[in-house]
Amino acid sequence: MSENPRPDELGGAAVSAPLQPSSADAAVGADVKESASKPRSLMRRVWGQSEGRVGIILTGVIVLLAFLGPLLAPVLTVYAPTEFADRPFQSTGLFGTDDLGRSVASRFLAGGMLLVLYSVAATAIGMVVGAAFGIIAAYAGGATDAIIMRINDVLLAIPQLVFAMLAIVVLGPQGWVLILVIGLTHAPRIARVARAATLSVINEDYIRAAEMYAMPRSRIILREIVPNITGPLSVEAGLRLTYSIGSIASLSFLGLGMQPPTADWGLMINENRIALSIQPWGVILPVAAIAVLTIGTNLLADATARANASTNVGNA
Amino acid sequence: MTKLILRRLVLSVFILLAVSVLVFCATLLLPGDPARAILGQQATPERIAALNAQLNLDQPAVVRYFLWLGGLFVGDFGMSTAFGGPVSELLGERITASLVLMVLAAVVSIPVGLFFGIWSALHRGGRRDRAVTWVSLTLAALPEFVIGIALVTIFATSVFQILPAVTMAPPGTPVWAIPSQLILPTITLALVVAPYIARMMRATMIDVLDSGYVEMARLKGVPERQVVLRHAVPHAIGPVAQVIAIQLAWLAGGVVVVEFLFRYPGIGQALIDAVNFRDVQVVQAVSMIVAIVYVVVNLLADIVGILANPKLRSAA
Repeated sequence: MSENPRPDELGGAAVSAPLQPSSADAAVGADVKESASKPRSLMRRVWGQSEGRVGIILTGVIVLLAFLGPLLAPVLTVYAPTEFADRPFQSTGLFGTDDLGRSVASRFLAGGMLLVLYSVAATAIGMVVGAAFGIIAAYAGGATDAIIMRINDVLLAIPQLVFAMLAIVVLGPQGWVLILVIGLTHAPRIARVARAATLSVINEDYIRAAEMYAMPRSRIILREIVPNITGPLSVEAGLRLTYSIGSIASLSFLGLGMQPPTADWGLMINENRIALSIQPWGVILPVAAIAVLTIGTNLLADATARANASTNVGNA
Repeated sequence: MTKLILRRLVLSVFILLAVSVLVFCATLLLPGDPARAILGQQATPERIAALNAQLNLDQPAVVRYFLWLGGLFVGDFGMSTAFGGPVSELLGERITASLVLMVLAAVVSIPVGLFFGIWSALHRGGRRDRAVTWVSLTLAALPEFVIGIALVTIFATSVFQILPAVTMAPPGTPVWAIPSQLILPTITLALVVAPYIARMMRATMIDVLDSGYVEMARLKGVPERQVVLRHAVPHAIGPVAQVIAIQLAWLAGGVVVVEFLFRYPGIGQALIDAVNFRDVQVVQAVSMIVAIVYVVVNLLADIVGILANPKLRSAA
C-alpha cells in the first residue's frame, strides 16, 4: 500500500496548489457516475464560499512568505538569519533584534519554510499510513478489522504531544523524528475516518461488479475505493495539516522541535518571549504568521467539507 | 446495558495494559546508564552494581516490566535519574496542580460551549450563527500557545497589565493560593476546548430541532423554551458527551504547552523538564498518568452516552 500516491498528493495539495488533484479526482468520479449534470469541480465549489476564499488567500499568503522569505531575507534586511546585527533586544532595523542580537525581520522571513515543509510531510505520511490501514480494515473486515481498530484504540490513548515527547526523549529532536512521529500519531485518527468512508461505499454496485470480474483486491482498493472516498479524505487532510502545523510549532516552542540556531517561527517565540514587553516584534510576528496559516488551512478544510457534503458519494 | 458497560470497562483495562507495554518499551530503547546518571561523580563500580540491584536493573526486561507495572498500582513510579528521588514525590503536588487547572478549564468551557452551540443552532443561518461559526473555526485552528501568547500580550504585558503573565507560587504553597495567576491559563485552555463543544452542540441541536418529536411538541403547543430545554437538549447531549470527553482527554496533553507558557508547576512542566534532562522514569510516569486520565474520561463518556440513549437504556 505504500505506493498509493493519492493521499500523499492530497497532503501536499492543501498547501502548495490548493486541492488541485482532489478536484481532478472528483471530476473523474463524476464522469463515472450516471447523473447527466456534472457537478462543478471541488476547487470551484470551495472558492464559491466566503470561507473557502478567505482560507485559500490566507494560506497562500503565508506559504508564499514562507518560500520566498528565505530568498528575500538577506536582500531586504541586509542581515542573514544567523548573523549578528546589534546587541540583544534593540530596535535597530525594521523590527529590531532578538535575544542574541540577530535581525528579527531576517529570521522571520527565513523561519516559515521548514515549518510548512515538515507539516506537509507529516500530514502526507499520516494520510498514507492512516488511509491504508483504515481502508484495509474496512475492506477486509472480520479479524483484520478488529485487530487494526484495537491497536488504533491503544495508540489513541496517548495524546499526540506526549507521544511526540516520548519519541523525542528516546531518539532526540531531529527533523525526521518530528515528521515521523507527528505523521504516525495522525495515522490512527485518519484510519478511523478512512474506515468509516470505506464502509459507506463498500456495498456499492461498482465494487460488487469489480469483484465479479475477479479484479485483484489491491486494484479494487486503488481504482475503485480510493477515488470514491477522496471527499472525506481531503477534508481530513486539511484538518490534519492544521494540527500538524500546530504540533510542530508547539514542539519548537517547547524547545523540542527545531534546534538553534535554525530560524523557525516556533523557536523564535520561545527565544524572544522573555522580552515580550520591551521588544514584542520577535514574538508577535511569528505568532501572527502561525495563526494566519492555521486559520487559513482550517477554513479551507471546513469549506472542503461543505463542498463535499452535497455531491460526493463517499461522504458519510 | 450493564453488559455493554462491562465490555467497555474490560476494553479500557486492556488498552491501558497495552499502553503500559508501549511506554515501557521506550526505556529499553534508551541509551545510557541510569545508575551512573543518579550517582554522578560518586559512581564507583561497586556503587553502580549496588544501585542496579536496588533498582532491579540487573533483572531481565520482562521482570522489570512487571515490577514497574506492579509499582504503578501502589503509586510507586520508580526513581528519577535527574532528581535522584522517587518520582511519586516529584509528581505528587504537580498532579493536583494540573488537575485544578483541568477542572477549572472544564467548568468554564463546557457551559460556554454548550450555550453558544445551542444559541447558534436556534438562530441557524442568521448573523449570530455565522458569527459563532467564524469565531469557533478561528479559535479551533489556533495552537494553544498562540492563544496563550495573545492573551498574555493583551492582559499581562503590552496592552493592559492587570493579570500575572507567569505563575510565581513560592515553593511549598499551592498554586491556588494566588487565584489571579490561574485566570490566564484557565481562559487559554477554555478557549481551545470550547469551540469544539460549541460546533458539535450546534450540529446535533440542528438535527434534533428538525426531528419529528420536536415538531410534535411544537404542534402540541409546548412553549418554545420548554421545547428546547426538555425535548431537544437532552437528545443532543449524548453525542456531545463524546466530544466533551475527547476535549477533556485532550486537556490532559494540552496542559503541557500551557503550563510551559505560564510556568505553571504541573505535570506538563515536569514532563518538559524530564524530556530535557532525558529523565525517562518521569516521562514514563507522566505518559502513563495522562493515558489513564484519557482512557477513564473516554470510558465515562461512553457510559454517559449509553445511559443517555433511550434505546440502549430500555434494552437492559
